[in-house]
Amino acid sequence: MFTDMPILPVIWFAVIGFAVAMYIILDGFSLGIGILFPFSKSDSQRDLMMGSVMPVWDGNQTWMILAGAGLYGAFPVVYATILPALYLPLVLMLLALIFRGIAFEFRGKSRKYRHMFDLAFAGGSVVATFAQGVVLGGIVHGLHVSDYQFAGSTFDWLTPFSLFTGIALVFGYASLGAGWLVVKTEGETQNLAYKALRPLTLLLLLAMAIISAWTPLSNSAIAERWFSTPNVYYLSIVPVLVVLLAVNIFFDVTARREKLIFTKLVMLFMLGLIGLVISFFPYVVPPSVTLWDAASGPSSQSFLIVGYAVILPIVLIYTAYSYYVFRGKVKPGNLHHY
Amino acid sequence: MFGLDAVDLARFQFAFTVSYHIVFPALSIGLASFLMALEALWLKTGNEVYHGLYRFWIRIFAVGFGLGVVSGVVMAYEFGTNWSVFAQRGGDITGVLLTYEVLTAFFLEAGFLGVMLFGENRVNRTTHFLATCMVAIGTLISATWILISNSWMQTPAGYHLVDGHFLPADWFSIIFNPSFPYRFVHMVLAAFISVSFLVAGVGGYHLLRNGKDPAARKMISMAMWMAIIAVPIQIVAGDMHGLNTLRHQPAKLAAMEGHWENQPGEGVPLALVGWPDMKQERNRFSIEIPHVASLYLTHTWGGQIQSLKDFPADERPDVPLVFWTFRIMVGIGMLMLLTGVVGNYLRWRGKLFTTPLFLRWVTIFSPAGFIALIAGWVTTEAGRQPWVVYGLMRTADAHSPLSFGEMVASLTGFIVVYAIIFAIGIYYILKLIRKEPQGELPSGGPGQNNTPKRPFSATLESFDD
Repeated sequence: MFTDMPILPVIWFAVIGFAVAMYIILDGFSLGIGILFPFSKSDSQRDLMMGSVMPVWDGNQTWMILAGAGLYGAFPVVYATILPALYLPLVLMLLALIFRGIAFEFRGKSRKYRHMFDLAFAGGSVVATFAQGVVLGGIVHGLHVSDYQFAGSTFDWLTPFSLFTGIALVFGYASLGAGWLVVKTEGETQNLAYKALRPLTLLLLLAMAIISAWTPLSNSAIAERWFSTPNVYYLSIVPVLVVLLAVNIFFDVTARREKLIFTKLVMLFMLGLIGLVISFFPYVVPPSVTLWDAASGPSSQSFLIVGYAVILPIVLIYTAYSYYVFRGKVKPGNLHHY
Repeated sequence: MFGLDAVDLARFQFAFTVSYHIVFPALSIGLASFLMALEALWLKTGNEVYHGLYRFWIRIFAVGFGLGVVSGVVMAYEFGTNWSVFAQRGGDITGVLLTYEVLTAFFLEAGFLGVMLFGENRVNRTTHFLATCMVAIGTLISATWILISNSWMQTPAGYHLVDGHFLPADWFSIIFNPSFPYRFVHMVLAAFISVSFLVAGVGGYHLLRNGKDPAARKMISMAMWMAIIAVPIQIVAGDMHGLNTLRHQPAKLAAMEGHWENQPGEGVPLALVGWPDMKQERNRFSIEIPHVASLYLTHTWGGQIQSLKDFPADERPDVPLVFWTFRIMVGIGMLMLLTGVVGNYLRWRGKLFTTPLFLRWVTIFSPAGFIALIAGWVTTEAGRQPWVVYGLMRTADAHSPLSFGEMVASLTGFIVVYAIIFAIGIYYILKLIRKEPQGELPSGGPGQNNTPKRPFSATLESFDD
């Protein structure tokens, strides 16, 4: 279908897609723990919750910078249209992330102001997640672009759909956070996460179903892609897998099988992203800008790919190593950085 | 409101966030090299005072690096949020350069910073020293990319202009564009000098409390050597950078000098002070010394430079802003030179550590370098106006399609949040500075809870009193 188009922009699409996916999973569970913070029972429980992500959160967040800067270099049009179009939710997200970050650093260093840092952590996480969901919804809903610039108005992003995706992402990240806590903690904290997982998974499934119905209903091209034959035969595997995974997670929660819950939640998220790619490829700023329209020139993209080819594997190895090193359960006794 | 429009607010917001941000990279660049010097001296002499100082400053380095990362996230997005037309038309060049900056920083965090911050007890001394060197070099590489990007906007080279798009024609010419080497030397020296005076101030503060403190004495001593060596070099480098500006951005230089018009056959005077009046196109209340500017700009008695009136009014920068920030920078530079001379005179007389007046002065003067650095950046950035890419793309054509209301809302948000974060950060750094310059080793790294992805964890100091 697109075989006569240059390949380099597609490679870049994959690279940045990978960085975005890494961000959503890794910072997703970190933010999720912040969202679950208000449901904790005690200060020591909050210590554990925060401790379970403490050594890795900063690295998790840097994927967002890598994705953002990569967009600027490889797809300047995406960078230059999405950012102004979703200006207010993006600024809100950045400010919320600053609060969240500062809370991470100082909560453990302070007893007197701890409640304030607790509030900044939970509030920052909820607001940043909601804003990210709104951004996602705003992009999926489509941006009015003309001559490679955003041509809409200030509140174009504010639609029932984007508010819905905002709320949905809060539940989504919370479920990732709960999945993480099930793996990383035990006892009361783990129990709290187990209890949260069933309603959260249900809500996540519901949200995915609503988005899956909403997008083809409002966009005939997407409906055409999913429901025309023969596409419908092999694409229907995506929703089937989603339902199977969700049911599986339910059984795992009931049986308290902790090992694979988080992995399955991650797979659920990945299926959601794959669904979006199926719906929109090759459009990167729906409904009008394709990845080839948005790409920087071959000279820029090849100059930049050299850097990514060197750095990305090193970062991945380091990331994997950090997670390996911090494997196992977080216990009150091994929180010695406090 | 106050005659401002959305573009003015976008500019102000960018200036505010980037001025806030630049303090931390400058601190990191200067401190990383200082730490490298301290460790080298410790390894060479075995003097534990150097080791103690290393441990003292590495905590401050860690917090500064952390705040740099936090404020840097905003910068990575602001080119697109505020300057979307510029981002889209220049992204093929500036986007690539910015991405390389991010990659370098990423690589640094992933690797050597960890060994430097937490590895002292886990690797041998040579390996640890190499890690410190790599971090110091890494901060310089990071600065290189961002300065290439900025210099390219000041003196664009190596591009094709196709339908208003800047496409790379020759990466070598882009990277080594005419102002980059000068800007790089000037900025790196500025970071070194800023940190020297911070170190002098901290040393002075501790000497006033305990005149025998060997670490505090060492700080003042090292800082004064830096002052007497680096400040004169910086003055020469700044002068060369100025000549480069004269050649490539004559309107900026004319604004820096407040030079409105040439009189036939007369040299250019040095305007010491004055208020450039853009409506009347002259300086009011000015005190001028004839011919001096000719001497240092053209190296002749009667040489002339292009004056502001040689440019149409809509191609002139905001003259008072450029004129005065330049004078703030140069003025602080002169005070630094004087401080260095006095300090080394006192050293020669054996009174460097025992002159309370001087110690009090260096304590008060400790943030001076950072003020000069921000003033210098305002000079060069405001001096580039009305262009975003000098001579080729106007700032007024480069901004995002944002409304006034959006800009007011976001600017308010940034100011409030940065004020809170700045207060917390400065409060904490001051707490670290007030501690005696000695202390326990930070420990951590992969395998422990403290890791370089979280530089703050290198310090254990409680936030409370």
